[in-house]
Amino acid sequence: MPTELALKTLLILLVVVGGIAPLMSWIERKRAGGAQANVRRSGIGELTPAGKHHPLAEKVALLGSARFASAAAQRVLQRAIPLIVAIPAIIAFAVIPLGGEYQFGDTRFSLVLSDADWGMLTLFALAMLGTYGSVIAGCSNDAEPALLRSVRAPAQMLSYQLAMGLSLVGLFMVFETLKLSEIAMAQDTTLRALGLFEHAFGLSRPLLEWARLPAWGVIYQPLAFVLFLASITAANARAPFDLPEGDAEQIASKHFEYSGLHFGLFFNSESVQIVVSAGLLATLFLGGWSVPYLSSDFILYGVGRWLGDGFANGFLLLIHVAAFVAKLAAMIGVQLALRAAVRRMSYLRAMDLCWKVILPLAFGNILATGLVLLAVRQSA
Amino acid sequence: MLADYVGLLVIGALGALLVGVLLGLNRLFGTREVAAPTDEPFATDEKPATAPDQERAAKFALVAILFVLLQVAAMFLYPWATVFSELSWFAYGAIVVFALPLAVGLIYQWLKGGLEW
Repeated sequence: MPTELALKTLLILLVVVGGIAPLMSWIERKRAGGAQANVRRSGIGELTPAGKHHPLAEKVALLGSARFASAAAQRVLQRAIPLIVAIPAIIAFAVIPLGGEYQFGDTRFSLVLSDADWGMLTLFALAMLGTYGSVIAGCSNDAEPALLRSVRAPAQMLSYQLAMGLSLVGLFMVFETLKLSEIAMAQDTTLRALGLFEHAFGLSRPLLEWARLPAWGVIYQPLAFVLFLASITAANARAPFDLPEGDAEQIASKHFEYSGLHFGLFFNSESVQIVVSAGLLATLFLGGWSVPYLSSDFILYGVGRWLGDGFANGFLLLIHVAAFVAKLAAMIGVQLALRAAVRRMSYLRAMDLCWKVILPLAFGNILATGLVLLAVRQSA
Repeated sequence: MLADYVGLLVIGALGALLVGVLLGLNRLFGTREVAAPTDEPFATDEKPATAPDQERAAKFALVAILFVLLQVAAMFLYPWATVFSELSWFAYGAIVVFALPLAVGLIYQWLKGGLEW
């Protein structure tokens, strides 16, 4: 078990934090450039290797640049903030299932680092820790305008974390669990496309029996998907909600007084948050590691018949991880496209959106889901 | 059950180690400005032209209070949602009765202008 833990931890740290997150800043800039370029043939936004040394160069530059030391600041707090912001983002990836359970002979392992019963609550808690970072960063800098302005970002983050939690309650009702690996496993099957229609109209004969959809979260809870996407984008203070730290408007953002690696840690943790959010979206709504119409049992049986159980499990593992990475990439692409396409919202509009639109809609979603579930159960 | 959380500790410890190593590298390779002009905060108004906006600042306390109330309600909703498949219409009605005062409170805040940031 310890070796298993160590291996999974190293995998996450190396691949996600060391690999994907630094690449994110580069890919993000490519995407933003592509969206704004009006000369198509220049190939600015294309995913070519041009500029591939950018992530490494950026990290090396941040490592070697000068460190500001503000005399008036609370030195210990100021130094601690990049840690408080960076580490929860890294930890959050521990609860996201990269794959299901596989059995090789005697050993049985799952590709989740921490398969807790309340995995989702762990994620909420870690998201809240990021809020601390914002507040303390603003307050420790001892510049009074920054003090007031530094409270806006945490206020926005808190409001949207609440919206995140409430928009997912409908999903918990459908899947009956808070455990992310169970949610991913429950999406490993298909459901009848017109099943609800039949229940609603009390039809006795099944219509279009062959029409099946993958039992993904987005099929069960489409509204929750939209609400959660908006909420998690805003909770990470990402565009279009990034007024607290807008790239072009960094007058008193939380990472203004930092330089060198401290700033780099903030920046990197934001990239890690993009990956974590994409992982969450993929796990909760897009079926996690499952392949759309090929359930685990189907593949295991099909491949196992020809090539044996061990090989079938290995093949399944690879397919699942590939599916997860594909969905991760899709969700990262969605977040980057949101940044490029949607105009930045002012703080007032963002807070209005949260409290007056997303929260009532999330609550309505909970009520409607409850009604539908009860009605289906009664007529079944 | 607690054993499930060991993974979080491990990755937290290793992540902290990684961050610490990077910070150490920065201390090693990064130069430090010690000249007096750059010791001050970068964006500071020693004497701001206008006094800090106390009224505007108080609104953030309201955000915090509203957040706490609704988050507590959400915390009650999570276990209810998890066992919802075994519950009946009565439980549904019970949760509506529980959430109704909170919803009324939110609407009251909305109409009274408490949600105008």
